[in-house]
Order: sequence, then structure tokens, then C-alpha cells
Amino acid sequence: MAARIQLPASAKRGEIVEVKVLIQHPMETGYRHDDVGHLIKRNVINVLSCRYNGVEVFRADLSSGIAANPYVQFYTVADKSGELEFYWIDDEGMQGSEKQPIQVT
Amino acid sequence: MKRRRFLAGLAALPGAALAQVDPLDPLVWVVTNGAQVKQGKVTVELPQLADNGNSVPIKITVDSPMTEADHVKSIHLYSEKNPVRNMANFYLGPRAGKAEINSRVRLAGSQKVTAVAKLSDGSFWYDTASIVVTLSACLDES
Amino acid sequence: MSRALALAAAVLASSAFAQQRAIPLSELKSGSAFLGADLRSLQNDDFANPGLLWVERGEKLWSEPAGKTKQSCASCHQDAKASMRGVAASYPKVDARGKLMNLEGRINACRVERQGAEPFKYESEELLAITAYVARQSKGIPIAASIDGLAKAHFEAGEAAYRLRRGQMNLSCAHCHEANWGKRLLSETVSQGQPNGYPVYRMEWQTLGSLERRLRACLSGIRAEMLPYGSPEYLDLELYLAWRARGLPVETPGVRR
Repeated sequence: MAARIQLPASAKRGEIVEVKVLIQHPMETGYRHDDVGHLIKRNVINVLSCRYNGVEVFRADLSSGIAANPYVQFYTVADKSGELEFYWIDDEGMQGSEKQPIQVT
Repeated sequence: MKRRRFLAGLAALPGAALAQVDPLDPLVWVVTNGAQVKQGKVTVELPQLADNGNSVPIKITVDSPMTEADHVKSIHLYSEKNPVRNMANFYLGPRAGKAEINSRVRLAGSQKVTAVAKLSDGSFWYDTASIVVTLSACLDES
Repeated sequence: MSRALALAAAVLASSAFAQQRAIPLSELKSGSAFLGADLRSLQNDDFANPGLLWVERGEKLWSEPAGKTKQSCASCHQDAKASMRGVAASYPKVDARGKLMNLEGRINACRVERQGAEPFKYESEELLAITAYVARQSKGIPIAASIDGLAKAHFEAGEAAYRLRRGQMNLSCAHCHEANWGKRLLSETVSQGQPNGYPVYRMEWQTLGSLERRLRACLSGIRAEMLPYGSPEYLDLELYLAWRARGLPVETPGVRR
């Protein structure tokens, strides 16, 4: 699953950094119909998690109420240099992940 | 008139939309276990008029120092009219630094959106915002 | 003498026809001008514009070898930022063999002839991604498709298609987008129907889609027959639309309702 992450490449220890995630996913609501009138099965990303050097610092339960190609922006405190790893899973069990390094001085 | 009966009376009216969070709402109960949900500390920002119900920008902030001793544990987002009323839950903690979430939501028609925040001291706070949506998600299919 | 005058008059008339815009350049507006403030700022957001997910995917596909020859786009075209700059702004165009092509058609022609691969279907993730990536390299560049030489006949057919009444509602493109742009239709404002943002992320589709997908949606809207993707009628119309939009900068990926 394609995704875009935006967070500063470097930050001072203790600085609050802005994290943005954009994931390509239809977030199919289960209320739409296809060309022949059949209901398209619901399939949404239901959990999005962010781990900073292995410790979860943010988690979101999502539903069909979140727009397609979900965008989430949150904050985290720059702690140590390392990696932020993003992980998500949808109703069909498809998993996605993406990581981005951060330098903390 | 006792508050609970007043609320129940309002709920019985057709099309009644409660501005307050109903502590007996089962979705809210799951989070609060019946505890009081006070208005304040939380701010829900939505545009007055949605360009398109399929993707509406939303910002939820909670006034909190986000320290180990005093922080937001979770924020729960509820829709008044969507087929799935619990839109999302966000889990924060002292490592967040700031209790602010931005996202884009689907809204099935003009309605109120409510955010309930659970703080580390066990208290619950909420805010509600109204929005006019002409092109509804989920319901207006093309 | 009078014959020469008549000929001169005819030449002047035809070139005046070719020069004349229904909407003057000063009033030319992209679809983004008809958006609400939020969607317009979403389009301009270099991170959150959902269309950029496809542009990024296109960037990866650009370097992926494909087909019998195991060549990638990059094998011939190297860095798209340089080689593809301005390319999308010049499409649709007639190739060396005299065939009118839009960007999707050109990408597929390369796939089949140069890479020995199967063409991508319209609205497939891959075709949308590569088209969006290539068109993105023309961002900010004014559309300038040629209607000279072999393109002229296609341009004239495209204009005729633009003005043809069709469907149960018996409307032509011009009725809404030329005569009534800027006016309200239910809760929305009618745009000029410009193609400069395509492929666009359309909220109604909740995904990226091509100009042809949008044309088909318009045909469906006026209860007219939707021709199959890649039909020559669409290509002629796309050429006319590009001429009509000349001067408008490419905005791909646009965000629309």
C-alpha cells in the first residue's frame, strides 16, 4: 500500500514535532454499489499505529467515517534519534508499513 | 424536571438532536462507563459548509499540558448522522507533546460532530461542532 | 482580382475562426477556481493532495523494467523531470504516423512498441500513476497543443463534437460550459470544463481518474451514450478542449468535487 509520511528530518530533544501520514486506500464504506447494483463490500483501514524506536506513541482506530486515502496528522515529542515506524491493517487483513528516520540532537 | 427525563423526552421528539453528550448513549458508555462528560477543554473545528461530504477537514484539540501527570489518553469522535457513529478513536499519551489531531472525515449530511476526550485523571470532556453538508458521503451515490 | 479578394477573405475568415476563443483569455479559469476554499487548498498542499499518491507511484513505475525488452521508461527517457518537462502541456498531439494521441495513448504506444508489454487499461492504477507523474512534470506550464497540419481535421471534429446536442437532455458541452459557466446548478457552480488538472482526484470517485472518465461522466449526466474508453471521438474532443484551454497552466493532479 502506497503511503506518504512527512516529519522533520531532525529535531532538538524535547521538541514537539508534527507528523503527517497519507495512505492510499479506498476506505470502502460498504454502502456503495457497483455498476450492476451489487453492494461493494466494506474494507477500511481499521488500525493505524506509530512506533517511535519500537514504542507506540500514537494509535488510531479508524472507520468508514474517515475519508478515502486517509490523512492523519498528529504530534510526538522528539526523544532520541532513530526511526518512526507506521503500521496499518485493513478489514481484509492487508497490512502496510512505512518508516522514516529522525535525527535528534 | 429531572435532567435524565428531560433528555429522554427530547430524544423521543422526532429529529431531536442533542447538543449535550448523552451519557447513556451506548457508544459513549463504552468509553466513560456512565461517568459525567463535561463540556470544555476540547475544541472541534470543522468548516461551516463542507465542499464535499466525502472529505471534510477536521481538527480536534484538547487543552492539556500533556505531561506524565496530566495528559489526554484518548479522543473519541462521534457523528450524529453517519451510519457508523463512532468515526474514529485516537490514543495519545504524554509522548504526544500536544493533543491535536487533524484528519479528513466523511459526513453523511448536515450534522453535529462530537469529540469526547478521556484524561489521565479519569475525567471526560467534550465539544461539538455543526456543519452543513450538501453532498453527503455514504448516502449520495453517483 | 475579386477571386483573389474572395480567397483572401476566406483565409482571413478561417484563421479568424481558428484564433477566436469563446471565452477570452482574461476570463479563462481552471476548475480549481470553482472549488471551495478547502478543496482548493487541498489541491495546493504538496503533501496531502491525494493525487500525489499516484504521482509517487508513477515515479517508481518510471524506473521499473517491463515487457519483453525489459526496458523501463527511464531506459529511454532518463530523468522525467528533465525529459518530460512540458510534454503533457503539448498533448493531445499527432504522432509521426499521423495518429492523434492523448498522453495515455502515448504511454501505451511506448509500452507496446518499445517495451513489448501489454498496454495498460484506462483507469488502471498503473496508467493513472504514470500519466499523473508525466503530467506533473508540466505543472505550471501553459497548455499549448497544436491544431496545425494533420491535427486540424481532428480539431474541427472535436469542436463539432463539443457543440453537438446529445442525449436525453439534448445538451451539448457548450450549453453548460460555454454559455452558463459561473452559474449555479443545484448546489454547485458550473465550471468552464477545462482539462488542465487531469488526471484529477475527484471527490465523487474518491480516487484519481482520467479526463476520459470525466467526459463519460458528463455524457452519463446528460443521459447520452458513453463511448468506450479510447474512442476517436474522445480524442478529438480532448484536442479541442486543449486548444480551448491554451494558456492555462497544467495543475496535475487537480482536486475536484
